[in-house]
Amino acid sequence: MSPVLEVANLRVDFSGRTAAVRGVSLKVQRGETHCLVGESGCGKSVSALAVMGLLARGAVRDADVLRFQDTDLTRLSERGMARLRGDKMAMIFQEPMTSLNPAYTIGSQMAEVYERHRGAGRRAALDRAAELLGRVGITAPGMRLAQFPHQLSGGLRQRVMIAMALMCDPELLIADEPTTALDVTVQAQILRLLQTLQRELGLSLLLITHDLGIVARMANQVSVMYAGELVESATAEALFAAPTHPYTRGLLACIPIPGTVRRDEPLGSIPGTVPRISPGFAGCGFRDRCTHALPACAQTVALRSAAPGHAYRCVLPAEWT
Amino acid sequence: MKLRHLATALGGVIVAFVLLVGIFAPLLAPHDPFAQDLMRRMVPPEWMEGGSTANWLGTDQLGRDYLSRLIYGARISMLIGILTVVTSGTIGITLGVLGGFFGGRVDDVVMFAITCRLSIPLILVALTVVALLGSSLTLVILTLGLLLWDRFAVVARTTTMQVRNLDYIAAARAAGASLAHILLREVLPNILSHLLVVATLEMALAILLEATLSFLGLGVPSPLPSWGLMIAEGKDYMFFSPWVIMVPGVTLFVLVMGINLLGDGLRDLLRAERV
Amino acid sequence: MLIFVFRRAVLALLVCLTVLVVSFALTRLSGDLAASIAGPNATADDVAIIRKNYGLDRPLTQQFVDWAAAAASGDLGRSYLYHAPVSGLIRVRLPVTLTLGLSGLAIALVVAIPLGILAAMREGSAADRAIMLVALLGQAMPSFWLSLTLIIWFGLNLQWLPISGIESWQGYILPATVLAFSAIPALMRLTRAGMVDALSADYIRTARAKGLSRSKIVLKHALRNAAMPVVSIAAVQLGFMLGGSIVIETVFALPGIGYLAWESISKNDFPVVQAVVMILALLYIGLTLLADLMNAVLDPRLRAS
Ligand code: SF4
Repeated sequence: MSPVLEVANLRVDFSGRTAAVRGVSLKVQRGETHCLVGESGCGKSVSALAVMGLLARGAVRDADVLRFQDTDLTRLSERGMARLRGDKMAMIFQEPMTSLNPAYTIGSQMAEVYERHRGAGRRAALDRAAELLGRVGITAPGMRLAQFPHQLSGGLRQRVMIAMALMCDPELLIADEPTTALDVTVQAQILRLLQTLQRELGLSLLLITHDLGIVARMANQVSVMYAGELVESATAEALFAAPTHPYTRGLLACIPIPGTVRRDEPLGSIPGTVPRISPGFAGCGFRDRCTHALPACAQTVALRSAAPGHAYRCVLPAEWT
Repeated sequence: MKLRHLATALGGVIVAFVLLVGIFAPLLAPHDPFAQDLMRRMVPPEWMEGGSTANWLGTDQLGRDYLSRLIYGARISMLIGILTVVTSGTIGITLGVLGGFFGGRVDDVVMFAITCRLSIPLILVALTVVALLGSSLTLVILTLGLLLWDRFAVVARTTTMQVRNLDYIAAARAAGASLAHILLREVLPNILSHLLVVATLEMALAILLEATLSFLGLGVPSPLPSWGLMIAEGKDYMFFSPWVIMVPGVTLFVLVMGINLLGDGLRDLLRAERV
Repeated sequence: MLIFVFRRAVLALLVCLTVLVVSFALTRLSGDLAASIAGPNATADDVAIIRKNYGLDRPLTQQFVDWAAAAASGDLGRSYLYHAPVSGLIRVRLPVTLTLGLSGLAIALVVAIPLGILAAMREGSAADRAIMLVALLGQAMPSFWLSLTLIIWFGLNLQWLPISGIESWQGYILPATVLAFSAIPALMRLTRAGMVDALSADYIRTARAKGLSRSKIVLKHALRNAAMPVVSIAAVQLGFMLGGSIVIETVFALPGIGYLAWESISKNDFPVVQAVVMILALLYIGLTLLADLMNAVLDPRLRAS
């Protein structure tokens, strides 16, 4: 079966100064949850924005393959991208407090998507919005439609964002740290909601997070990113059973109890920070923090296979790490 | 980026030039700006037909040398601009700093004063005062100085609020520094750069307003060569000799633009510093 | 919300009163009004008679209270010059000034908002720089000089437009343009700043993620949020413009209250001056109040609290 989203060798540069994403490849299969994990600044959000065509001005995107279902996104115009976004592929963000427009009601902001992509009238669009609000567990949806974002709590707003993303029955939902800004109890509710929705609607979910607890709970497939590169990818079971890249092992060595990582808390306790990578950088981006670093790590490191379907990017053989 | 620096530099050069011209007016002016020559009235500038090198910018309706009047006019404009800003700055900064620093009731009063001041129609009141007390240079400066303090107060107030809670101010307070010391030595230097930007804006405004009042006949008294007054006096002849209003008008425009460019550059500099 | 409106209204009233007292004091304290009215050739007796007739011999507070009481009931006194009730004069002249101010504001908005949006959308580009430069030049243009220049060009050289009076609506075109010029730079800067802020907001990213068209993102989602400060400043600007109309009305000989005020000032007709100061201050205060209310209506966050 062909994947819903296929990305090969995705690269993003910011105004020629920072290489934010350096050759990321991944596939999201139909109906699965693919987690993209890494510390903040590792390029995971930028990758997602690049897929959606939502990069800020000054960012340059390039990819060998960027395919959504049967559509080649690299050849699509901005207008063509806009037609896909919100319809077949949707995205929700980290900051539910600011991601809704303060000047318009929930109903108007939700209806707008349906009107745009389905050519529906306001009445039909509002009915659909009410239906989805009910679906994401919001009580009294009719009343909520008339409310403004500031009248809702953070958890409710994120539910609204999810409902809004689902207005047109998307194939792919990209969720960028959807629970990071929320309270722990609310986090659990939102995650459960995403799981339920995915099961019921057959959604393909690309979930971006820095929280390994969430990964353990949600993921079918995991891709670990570091300094703009994919350092390891495997099924969730394989990754947790046999983490291979030194970075992944470092992360897992200090895995927190699920759901207890708060926002902004650094992932794991590997000393040091994610370096900023300029174009032309070669070798393993992790070598400043790696305890196994060798001279060979300063050269380009190829992806190798630890087991079928389990790849990692390190000079060391799988048994040594 | 280049363009911006160029613009700022241009503004600086214009302002410095006009200032120097004003200071050295007696040395620079080819003629006495008040000397009338009724035989040589409305002589056009040198480059126009009928012009001569005796009067590079021509003469006015009373035969006075236009260039000399323009040069002495620079003196009036700069004098008005600077003295007005000094007066209004003193008032506005005092009010703003007090309101911003103490907050509460004091701040309420200051805000009220600012609101009241903004509600007073500026030109109308200035005109009325001058009409009542008789026009003179001092009066124009005083009137404008007493009216143009609002922006100083607003900016001083907000910036003082921002620095009030900074550590070193708290430290100075804890160390038992006197209030005057804190306000003058700790607060003021830290908000000065913002006030400098306001000063350029207000200076430009003061110069424009003086010209406007003089143009309406209730500013600097004739025969002083205020640029606004020159335009007013030339108004009756402008249909046949448009240069009589163009020459002082363009000069005024260039000076005010120069001040604005300088202020804009300062503002950018400030912003760059903060980032 | 109601409390907010009430507090604003009380404040406006207080400001109003203060401005009236100040402007009253100004005309009375800054010289002998009676002597000014009587003129330079009057004898001491003449001045005394005038003083008595105009009630200028009473205590100042008394004069103010009387004047204010009369003003509150619509009686603004009599013009020394026109020998007519001031309120009548103002009633005839005010529509001219309001027409001028409103058309000036309309022109200013029509020019400033699209240019501000354009500059914000192309932030940092040559177009942005050029637009901001024009704003800077506009700020430096003395309005009376601009008026004269336009009169020479359009009125005389091209003979397109009338250069004074308001026999027809075309008479408003030049003065309204000049007036608009004074408000354009501020409105444009504000629109640009607001749009730059709005366009980088998270909700704009959401709107893009929803696949909305560019025009809808800019004109609906960004502009709505950027418009709030612009609307309130526009109202305040109108207040300034009405105050500034004195210059333009004088140059173009438009029979509005500005022109009336100028005439009265030069002829020492102080009841009129006093009344015009009051009207302009009232208009300004009313407009700022209106601006606050409009902001409250436009911003749902304010509306609720
Ligand atoms: S490539 Fe070298 S530096 Fe990078 S993770 Fe492997 S051993 Fe460490």
